[in-house]
Amino acid sequence: MTKRIRIAALVAAATTIPAVLSGCAASSGSTTDSNRLSVVGFSVLKTANEPVIADFQKTAAGKGVTFTTSYGASGDQSRLVAGGLPTDEVHLSLAPDVESLASAGLVDKSWDQTPTKGILTESEVVFLVRKGNPLHIQSWDDLVKPGVKVITPNPASSGSAKWNILAAWAHITGNGGTDAQAKAFVTKLLHNAVALPSSGSDALSSFVAGNGDVLLAYENDSIEARAAGDDVDYVVPQDTLLIQNPAALTTKAKPAAQDFLDFQLSKQGQTDYAKAGFRPVVKGIQVDVPGANDPSNPFPKVQKQFTIDKTFGGWDKANPEFFDDTTGIITKIISGLNIGS
Amino acid sequence: MTAAVLEQDTRSVGRGRPGVRWTLSGGSTLGFGVAMVWFSLLVLIPLAAIVATAGGEGWHGYVDTLTNPQSWAAIKLTVGQSLLVTGVNVVMGTLIAWVLVRDRFWGKRLLDIVIDIPFAMPTIVAGLVLLSLYGPRSPIGVNVANTRNSVTLALAFVTLPFIVRTVQPVLAELEGDVEEAAASLGARRLTILRRILLPSLFPAIAAGAALSFARAISEYGSLVLLSGSLPYHTEVVSVRVLSYIESGDRTAAAGLATIMLGVALIVIVALDVLQRRVARRG
Repeated sequence: MTKRIRIAALVAAATTIPAVLSGCAASSGSTTDSNRLSVVGFSVLKTANEPVIADFQKTAAGKGVTFTTSYGASGDQSRLVAGGLPTDEVHLSLAPDVESLASAGLVDKSWDQTPTKGILTESEVVFLVRKGNPLHIQSWDDLVKPGVKVITPNPASSGSAKWNILAAWAHITGNGGTDAQAKAFVTKLLHNAVALPSSGSDALSSFVAGNGDVLLAYENDSIEARAAGDDVDYVVPQDTLLIQNPAALTTKAKPAAQDFLDFQLSKQGQTDYAKAGFRPVVKGIQVDVPGANDPSNPFPKVQKQFTIDKTFGGWDKANPEFFDDTTGIITKIISGLNIGS
Repeated sequence: MTAAVLEQDTRSVGRGRPGVRWTLSGGSTLGFGVAMVWFSLLVLIPLAAIVATAGGEGWHGYVDTLTNPQSWAAIKLTVGQSLLVTGVNVVMGTLIAWVLVRDRFWGKRLLDIVIDIPFAMPTIVAGLVLLSLYGPRSPIGVNVANTRNSVTLALAFVTLPFIVRTVQPVLAELEGDVEEAAASLGARRLTILRRILLPSLFPAIAAGAALSFARAISEYGSLVLLSGSLPYHTEVVSVRVLSYIESGDRTAAAGLATIMLGVALIVIVALDVLQRRVARRG
């Protein structure tokens, strides 16, 4: 008798498991509402996207469109989408995170064949320093001076930190230096690192709390930190790397998603992003940006502008070359640092 | 080590009602089924998946992880610091529990509530608080940021409540007359502590130590801001696992996780064995 009940319990259990699991799947895939867009973005967009979405909803195309948003570290977000999160648009920190979705068939392979090459927002790698810049940090060379405490997120755990490290590399190779010299420079720079936090937002929190002298950061993050009243200043070096954040629609995107992407690339959309500290990808945007060094001229021209395509031959080439988890140049530098011993 | 405590309970139940395991009523069988399903969904299946992912490349996946100097340094740091902190907790946690149960002082109730806060607080907030108190802008002039001491500090902070909370109820249940009897028979205080108190408290201390150790080896949030996550120096296993995931190497991430699973198992079993020995001697 008891044995039969036990078997019954196990059978019941065995039948509930698949039921429960399929139930989960059904509920997570239930955004069937054709006017509800799911936007997946990297962390900083959380505040930047709010006015963009609000202004889009005021347009004819955006009327009645509602949004589900998800923000987090770029790599994590990309993995979420790859893992089945229903998504209409991804807006990520760097192209490889979109490219991995394209190779999984979730994003069309021609996503970067647009007038802006798939790029939606841009920024620069800059130095975030203490208020008044007490150490007079002006150029990349100032960062490798003895005793300067540098913080950068770890490029091994934070995809967005790859921009920072490549900017330092470009400072040498883009100015006529050799790869060996660039390697020596980046090694020296990383030796000055007092912290390599796992993500850009951890690095910013750590720096704002008083850790380190210089943080390698994005210009838009720096502007936002200053606008929020943090006691920091930022320096745009004469030569630095252009950060290009791609956006793409998924293959299952609803028609309204294209309208939204078009709006994001319009003057109005780009003006909203500029107010949040991003450099516009279209010409003719004039806007005051609170938090910028000079709010009326928020995005001064970088004298020597490196880009991932021109300086490094694109992410397809740079990503494995520098960041492969065993053979990458930067991976090797970090694993050879041996800071503690 | 809740397992050890529970096991003791079942043993005592078993003594009272021999053969109790095989005469479960229909209701308990259903309970057993539900418990097993719940446990499988939450624990067994995910754990099996991790081990299976790690084993995807055979043994050399583990060997690669262990021979990667950066991962090995992270394992040594994490396990070493967790053992250290657990050791500190055994002493300090028992002491705090003692004070809370046996002493009377102003603010005791408040302290009793505050003890749980490190456990209840989101760990990233804990990290931020520790950084502002013991970082470069420390108001008391103690700066441990980006050093190994920061790892010790953060782990000690988040694991403090475990031993206090496991020892406290046991200590409260202990009858004072046994100690008084021992004292009246001429036992010195140290003897009372060694022969009477510790054997009774040991299962609880061991249970708390296991929880504390398990929590420490998996800690992430409270460390990321304070420790600086410097490779070979202050980078703990959880950060290392995150790096592997970010670079798309899930096998290595699962391998490292499985190794830590093994470490946790060894320590928990060791504490259990120790606890049984002490219980037998007492």
